[in-house]
Amino acid sequence: MRAQYILVDGLPIPFEEGQTIMQAAMVAEVFIPHLCHHPEFKPQGSCKLCTVKANGRYVSACTMPAKDGMEVENNSPDLNDKRRTMLQMLFVEGNHFCPSCEQSGNCRLQALAYELEMLTPHFNQFYPDRPLDASHPEVLLDFNRCILCELCVRASRDVDGKNVFALSGRGIGKHLIVNAESGRLADTAFSLADKAAHVCPVGVILEKRRGFAIPIGRRRYDLEPIGMQVEGQARRRSGEL
Amino acid sequence: MSSSSEMSALAPNRKLRFATTSLAGCFGCHMSLLDIDERLFDLLERVEFDRSPLTDIKHCGPCDIGLIEGGICNAENIHVLREFRSNCKVLIAIGACAINGGLPAQRNHLDLGQCLQEVYLTGPGIVGGQVPNDLELPLPLDKVHPLHEIVRIDYFIPGCPPSGDAIWKFLTDLLDGRTPRLGHPLLHFD
Ligand code: SF4
Ligand code: SF4
Ligand code: FES
Repeated sequence: MRAQYILVDGLPIPFEEGQTIMQAAMVAEVFIPHLCHHPEFKPQGSCKLCTVKANGRYVSACTMPAKDGMEVENNSPDLNDKRRTMLQMLFVEGNHFCPSCEQSGNCRLQALAYELEMLTPHFNQFYPDRPLDASHPEVLLDFNRCILCELCVRASRDVDGKNVFALSGRGIGKHLIVNAESGRLADTAFSLADKAAHVCPVGVILEKRRGFAIPIGRRRYDLEPIGMQVEGQARRRSGEL
Repeated sequence: MSSSSEMSALAPNRKLRFATTSLAGCFGCHMSLLDIDERLFDLLERVEFDRSPLTDIKHCGPCDIGLIEGGICNAENIHVLREFRSNCKVLIAIGACAINGGLPAQRNHLDLGQCLQEVYLTGPGIVGGQVPNDLELPLPLDKVHPLHEIVRIDYFIPGCPPSGDAIWKFLTDLLDGRTPRLGHPLLHFD
């Protein structure tokens, strides 16, 4: 059978039956901004950062199955404007003080803000009150930076089999909780060896006594912007860079 | 982004007037401005400082560019911010505090009265303290705010502080009539 292709910004990208736009793009090393997607977990399509236009309609690239001949608009001013606005809403909804965040330089939210040239949060800050949970001997939880991507929820439930995290509440009151009578991480079976300890794209689930271990200038996204880390190799191979 | 082209159009042959101030900030962004080092001479070829810690002029006159570090934490900050907005054609928020409140805003989830009590009366090692209450002191606001929540801001230079190179890139883009742009690695939030 003839190979099937989607066209992402005019570039033909092959895919296999059942793959989403995001999965095909990842294999082809084409960068589609995303936060709640992780190749090892079932897509859930909640952050909407990966919004693309497929055959003229806005869809989430991480949940939309690829179809032969589908035309996908991805890296366009219209989509990037919308994505930047979504980032701004995520920033003001929590407390993101990057200079004092251990994840700074390695954070996906921040890296996407750089990629999409977000210079200001634009909206009014919520400044929510979200106390830390420092009860666990190995890991600190700083809920101020949670973007509700549910990667920790999925990892703890589907990989670790422990169900330590969950989302609770509705709408603007939605927040991450720890499944224990006391609500404290120390009173769960959570451990640093868990998958859930290593999937948070932002600075919520932090290993204790490791903060700021990598100096500024050598952290992940100091070295190369997030889009280039995905696309650089392919573009260098094709001689574009 | 018409303001930068407007600026070169409005003032082709004269030096632009440039005002700077620090509100609820730490002067780190001003230190970074000094970090452009010998490029300060190039800057002075093209701008004349109005109100600024560098000139000690106390009030801002009509200016082309205003640069403000720090957020808004007290009543005086608001007066100064409004003075800048009404006098500056282009107003730039520089640094994390001006842009999202930054470190001072980390008191925002606390009660201001209790903060003052703890700092001046009940904190460890304090004997016979009192909460400062001089008429000269501006009243603190219950919450710290970024500048754009109070007045319109035209441009933002993130960083804590932004590097001298980032400031230089931004200012020269603006002065030359280009849309100011900070790419990797000049754009950072820390
Ligand atoms: S989680 Fe990311 S965006 Fe939020 S404060 Fe930390 S580094 Fe900044
Ligand atoms: S703690 Fe991290 S991984 Fe879990 S939902 Fe929040 S942002 Fe996502
Ligand atoms: S990555 Fe697709 S919705 Fe979050």
